[in-house]
Amino acid sequence: MINNKKLLACVFLLPVLFLNSVTARDLKSGSEYLTPATREMQNDEFANPGMTAVEEGRIEFHRAGVNEKTCATCHGENGSKFDLKKIASYPVYNKEYEKPFTLQEQINFCGEEYLDNVPYVYDCVDLVEIESYVRYLARGEKVNVTITESLKPFYEKGKKIYNTRYGQMNMACNVCHDQFDGQRLRGQVLSQGHSNGFPLYRLGSGKMTSLHGRIKECFRSFRAEPFFLGSEELISLELYLHARGNGLAIETPAVRY
Amino acid sequence: MYFKKDFSLVLGENTTMNTRNINHTLHLFVVLLMSFAITSPSNAAQKFHPWKMENYAINKPLGGFSGNAQRGRKIVIDKDKGNCLACHALPIAEESFHGTVGPALHGIASRLTRAQLRLRVADEQKVNPMTIMPGFYKNPKENNRVDDEYWGKPVLTAQEAEDVIAYLMTLK
Ligand code: HEC
Ligand code: HEC
Repeated sequence: MINNKKLLACVFLLPVLFLNSVTARDLKSGSEYLTPATREMQNDEFANPGMTAVEEGRIEFHRAGVNEKTCATCHGENGSKFDLKKIASYPVYNKEYEKPFTLQEQINFCGEEYLDNVPYVYDCVDLVEIESYVRYLARGEKVNVTITESLKPFYEKGKKIYNTRYGQMNMACNVCHDQFDGQRLRGQVLSQGHSNGFPLYRLGSGKMTSLHGRIKECFRSFRAEPFFLGSEELISLELYLHARGNGLAIETPAVRY
Repeated sequence: MYFKKDFSLVLGENTTMNTRNINHTLHLFVVLLMSFAITSPSNAAQKFHPWKMENYAINKPLGGFSGNAQRGRKIVIDKDKGNCLACHALPIAEESFHGTVGPALHGIASRLTRAQLRLRVADEQKVNPMTIMPGFYKNPKENNRVDDEYWGKPVLTAQEAEDVIAYLMTLK
């Protein structure tokens, strides 16, 4: 009898497990919602307008800091010494600062600590360009954020923000990006709101957009007061978004409308 | 009179003074004025008129206004007002790109009564807490982290919401 019960439990549980794995495999990058022409533009490095920012970032990467060192002094010409799997696992926990470090914060930290440079303002053009370059090097690598015990509280905070309604329109990220992907909001097709293509090039503005910049736009669209760039809230949200997209390939610089 | 004019300027849609500090000072100023001008008719359009839900409907017109379907049709299209086309298909052929997030609203008035439509427009979240549809005449106190420019106001005025409802009533 007991065995039968166990068997029954298995029969009922198996589809549940299967469903879970299906949803996990059902992750869709934002590029899957593009028109074929835009997707082609993204995939062709010679046509991708975001490559200009990547090139600027490459120049910054090799530019001498105050103490004459460059990023390449530690990370090799063209970042040849980078562990690209590690790049794809950002944000990671920084023990000294007791918080998650986004890739931007790590870059800024290196500049200050090892090149004696004055730190950049979070999300400024130069920093986004260097971030674009470093992420571009890891293009094709699968996003792989591990939520360790120390990262857990930040992950939970990000998840909570993702599911909280804000603003005059009283909307939350999940309301648009978990339920309605593939549907049209007037002219725009909603995607699952993943972070794997950032920083990305926007055909509409002709500029690079960072992840925090995009989130700020979403906040403005439902008339909510955005969180400050580089705030703990946005960094937690960034951590949650990257982890939510674990398994998607990095596509920086993506191209979007 | 002078004060009343200032008051509507402060709360008007077109205020250009959006910076945080100025706005907070203005809020204080408004609260002060409220005690004098609470019954002033000049702010009637911007004031939130509370409504009551009965049987998943709102029976009384919002703020006691009566709607105009022609104005409602414009509001439904207007990206800064109703922007209903963002999510719903409507029999408005001159506009391209009707959204597909919500159901098409053709013939909606033969499915729902005016009182039921009023609740759907005012606060669909009372019908379906998980919905994506914003409440267009939701009590502003129920909102969280509203941008300064829109603080304390519903998306539409009571008059505008009634105009939209009048337009929906023509979709038989
Ligand atoms: C009212 C609907 C709506 C809400 C709510 C919303 N967004 Fe978006 N979001 C959009 C639209 C429209 C786009 C552009 C089309 C797309 O890529 O989905 C977008 C794009 C994005 C993208 C870029 C995806 C890509 O691949 O280019 C990210 C990331 C994102 N949103 C995150 C968020 C987060 C985080 C929140 C909550 C703070 C949020 N969104 C809330 C409508 C919304
Ligand atoms: C961001 C998306 C969105 C916007 C904007 C929006 N709606 Fe909706 N609406 C929906 C969805 C989705 C539903 C389906 C029911 C639900 O989710 O609760 C709905 C349901 C409705 C219903 C009930 C339909 C039925 O068959 O029961 C009416 C009426 C309606 N909307 C009218 C409007 C009007 C009028 C406006 C503009 C003033 C508007 N909506 C703006 C998403 C939206």
